[in-house]
Amino acid sequence: MNLVNCNKAIKEICRYLDGELDEGLKTTLETHLTYCNHCSAVYDSTRKTIQLYCDGKVFSLPDEVHTRLHDALKRKLQRGV
Amino acid sequence: MTEQPQATLSRDEGQLVSEAKAGNYAAFEELVNRYEKKIYRLGMNITGNREDAEDVLQDAFLKAFEHLPDFREDSRFYTWITRIAVNEALMKLRKRRSSREVTMEDSEDENGDVQVREFADWKPNPEQQFAQSELEQILQTAVGSLSPGFRTVFYLRDVEGLSTEETAEMLNLSVGAVKARLFRARLRLREELSKTFKRG
Repeated sequence: MNLVNCNKAIKEICRYLDGELDEGLKTTLETHLTYCNHCSAVYDSTRKTIQLYCDGKVFSLPDEVHTRLHDALKRKLQRGV
Repeated sequence: MTEQPQATLSRDEGQLVSEAKAGNYAAFEELVNRYEKKIYRLGMNITGNREDAEDVLQDAFLKAFEHLPDFREDSRFYTWITRIAVNEALMKLRKRRSSREVTMEDSEDENGDVQVREFADWKPNPEQQFAQSELEQILQTAVGSLSPGFRTVFYLRDVEGLSTEETAEMLNLSVGAVKARLFRARLRLREELSKTFKRG
C-alpha cells in the first residue's frame, strides 16, 4: 500500500461516490482502485454502507406505530385543530 | 377540518395539500400514509431509538396537521415535513442529553485527517446472513456511534438524497461543513460495520 496515494484516494472516494470528480481525477482513482486492494475494499464497503441504510426494509415502520399515529391524528381532528 | 372520505390515491402532492387545507382529512391522511415510513426512518436514524423515533413521527405529523394553514407551499410538503421532523428529532436529543447541549455545531473535529484502520473486504451480501431484527440492531448501533450532527448529515444526504446545498440550508451549516461531515460519517459507519461484516 502506498500511504500517500492511499490517503489521497480515500479522501476522493467520497466525492467519487457522489459523481463529483473531474474526468482526470476519476481515471486516476479508478486506476488506483484496480490495483490497491485496501482502497478497493474501502470503496466497496463504503458504497455498501450507504446502500444498507437506504434499504427501505431497515427501520421499517411497525404496524402498531402506524396505528398509534393515525389514532393520535384522529383524536386531534375530533378535538378540533 | 372535517372528515370527508374520498378516493385520493392517484392525486399528486400539491392537490392533496390543497384538499387537506380545504378541510379534507382523507387528503391529509393520504399525505401521512405516503411519508410516515420515511419520517419514522428519519427519527430512527437521528435519535437512534424506537421510542424517540415514534415521538418524532407523531409530533411532526401532529404539528404539520395543526400548522397546515400556515404552509405556504413554496416547497414540497415532503420537504416541509422533513424539516419539522429533523427539528423534532434534534429537540428530542437535546432533552435526552440535557446535561450536554446538542446542536448542529457540536461537531467533532471536521478538518483533521481521517485515519482508516480497517481495510478488510466484506463478506458478499453480509446483510443476508442476519435476520431482519439483527441487521436493524447492527445498523442502529453503528449509526448511534456517530454524533448527532454527523448522523443527521449522513441521513439527509445519503438516505434522503438531499443535495449538499439543501442539507446545508436545512441544518444551517456551510456547504463545506456538510461535505466534511458526510465524508467522516460514511467512513466511520463503514468502520463500525466492518467489525461485523468483514471476511474471516
